[in-house]
Amino acid sequence: MTPLNPTTGIDAELRRLSRWRAGEIAFWLLAASAIVLVSNRYLILTEIAWLGLFALSLDLILGYAGIISLGQAAFFGVGAYAAGLLAKHGLINEPVLALLAAGLAAMLLGFATSFLVIRGGDLSRLMVTLGIALVLRELANRFSDITGGFDGLQGITIQPLLGRFEFDLYGKVGFIYSLAVLFILFLAARRIVHSPFGLSLRAIRNNPLRAAALGIPVNRRLVMIYTIAAFYAGIAGALFTQTTALASLDVFSFERSADLLVMLVIGGVGYLYGGLIGALIFKLLQDRIATLTPQYWQFWIGLILVVIVLIGRDRMHRWAVAVRTGLGRPFEKRTASPAVGASE
Amino acid sequence: MITLLTILFDGIAYGMLLFVLACGLAVTLGLMNFVNLAHGAFAMAGGYVCAVLVNTYGFPFTAGLPIAFVVSAAIGFLMERLLYRHVYRRSHLDQVLFTVGLVFMAVAGVDYVMGSSQTFIRLPDSLQGRFDLFGVGIGRYRLMIIVICGLLTLALQLILSRTRFGSRLRAAVDDPQVASGLGINVPWVFALTFAFGSGLAGLGGALGAEILGLDPSFPLKFMIYFLIVVTVGGASSITGPFLASLLLGVADVAGKYYVPKLGAFVIYTLMIVILIWRPNGLFGRTAQR
Repeated sequence: MTPLNPTTGIDAELRRLSRWRAGEIAFWLLAASAIVLVSNRYLILTEIAWLGLFALSLDLILGYAGIISLGQAAFFGVGAYAAGLLAKHGLINEPVLALLAAGLAAMLLGFATSFLVIRGGDLSRLMVTLGIALVLRELANRFSDITGGFDGLQGITIQPLLGRFEFDLYGKVGFIYSLAVLFILFLAARRIVHSPFGLSLRAIRNNPLRAAALGIPVNRRLVMIYTIAAFYAGIAGALFTQTTALASLDVFSFERSADLLVMLVIGGVGYLYGGLIGALIFKLLQDRIATLTPQYWQFWIGLILVVIVLIGRDRMHRWAVAVRTGLGRPFEKRTASPAVGASE
Repeated sequence: MITLLTILFDGIAYGMLLFVLACGLAVTLGLMNFVNLAHGAFAMAGGYVCAVLVNTYGFPFTAGLPIAFVVSAAIGFLMERLLYRHVYRRSHLDQVLFTVGLVFMAVAGVDYVMGSSQTFIRLPDSLQGRFDLFGVGIGRYRLMIIVICGLLTLALQLILSRTRFGSRLRAAVDDPQVASGLGINVPWVFALTFAFGSGLAGLGGALGAEILGLDPSFPLKFMIYFLIVVTVGGASSITGPFLASLLLGVADVAGKYYVPKLGAFVIYTLMIVILIWRPNGLFGRTAQR
């Protein structure tokens, strides 16, 4: 932290914000109980877990730092391909280590591209993030001898977890593994956003000029959170590859980044659980609608988006306060400014 | 040398087409600062209207084009009055979500009605094939595109700079409050401009079906191209987007001819570099709001 002397007031406030609430504990207990209770739907649960992690990565930059991105799939894709290649060529056989390596690869890319992204306003950020994902997709297509091109990586076999637990057909191990990774990274994210660092990010989001005037190194902070978010997205991508043994060009697709925004917005931006809840609702909706009209599911998601925007996100958030009060009490106080203020 | 000229010719035709497709976006995104990712949907609407008229109802292609313009403009007008105007003042995130939602609906809706395969518009014989001009192969269809789009560009420039409507639009964009204080009906000007831009996109979609291809994923596939035209071209005049379109068209055709394996890689990289180097576009001068 910069020369700012944390007074007891800020300290107490931070501690108050970071206290665990009953709703949060219930949320995670419920998630863990899914291992036993919903034992016939492990595959979709696993998907929800890594989607939630992916949405969490977007929440870190969008909800807390106000960086709008249409290209988060870039890091997801790098994580996915990294995990796939590591497993395929037997470079790192142990999944957890490979997961970390894949996350680091994405993180490296995130660090390198963060300097491009933090320049300019919303519009050029949109274009640059979108452009980076597209460039990576083209590269993956170009080097098809490494990536398998349009067919995707073939013949990925994931070794047993920690050398012990074989990934089973029903996906039980995969789900427990994904949930554990999600939980650990969630704890880290929670720690990050409730730290003075997280507080400074919110200051930047609400007013970058004032934050700079207060002595917050705006660009350095943005680079840091963007890099961290890239790590999260990379881990999500690696989990995807490890639990499905797939990695194809569509990991970089625009639709993936757009779906991610949808999820986060459904769940609510800027309180960490938004991404997880959004991923859950999104996936369940998709599952339900897709059985009715498999091909045209996008139509309904589009309609949901349009309706959400027309109603107004802040208004919806006020309706959702009931859910919120359980999961994070300080919200009614906080949202009024961030959810609306961030956007202006 | 000869191939070079042919590539240049094809590139210019492609670029002109991109300009007609994207110039409506240059106004909404560049001037009004509204992120409209759904712009391609209006182009797709025009393309399909023309395709249905020509292929199913036997309209001549030359009649299909103006009808495509009118129908897309009407859709644009309705959408602006009913939906878009509520979102003008919202945050960029809201605008992105809203227009991505519209794109998704358009893609799935057209897929439902028209099927997911490529649609072709039957062209009259007089527009097919190519002839030689001093050894350079000139495609008739592309020549027509250059002529139509060139005339449209000139007309646009004249409308913007010479007519009363043009000055009203510029005033409304510069300062909506003062403009409405002077008695200009700002929402109406925006609605007409939006409708006209959508109509041009529809015309471009109909013209471009032959070159760009027409299938339900059209708005997503070309979204980035339209955005490039506007952001790289800058928003200070229509000359910027016009030059950017030509540059993009020629670069894309040349890239696909000389380094086909790289695909669109060159274009995207160039765009990122330009945006980093000049965030307000190559030809832009106004600061980004």
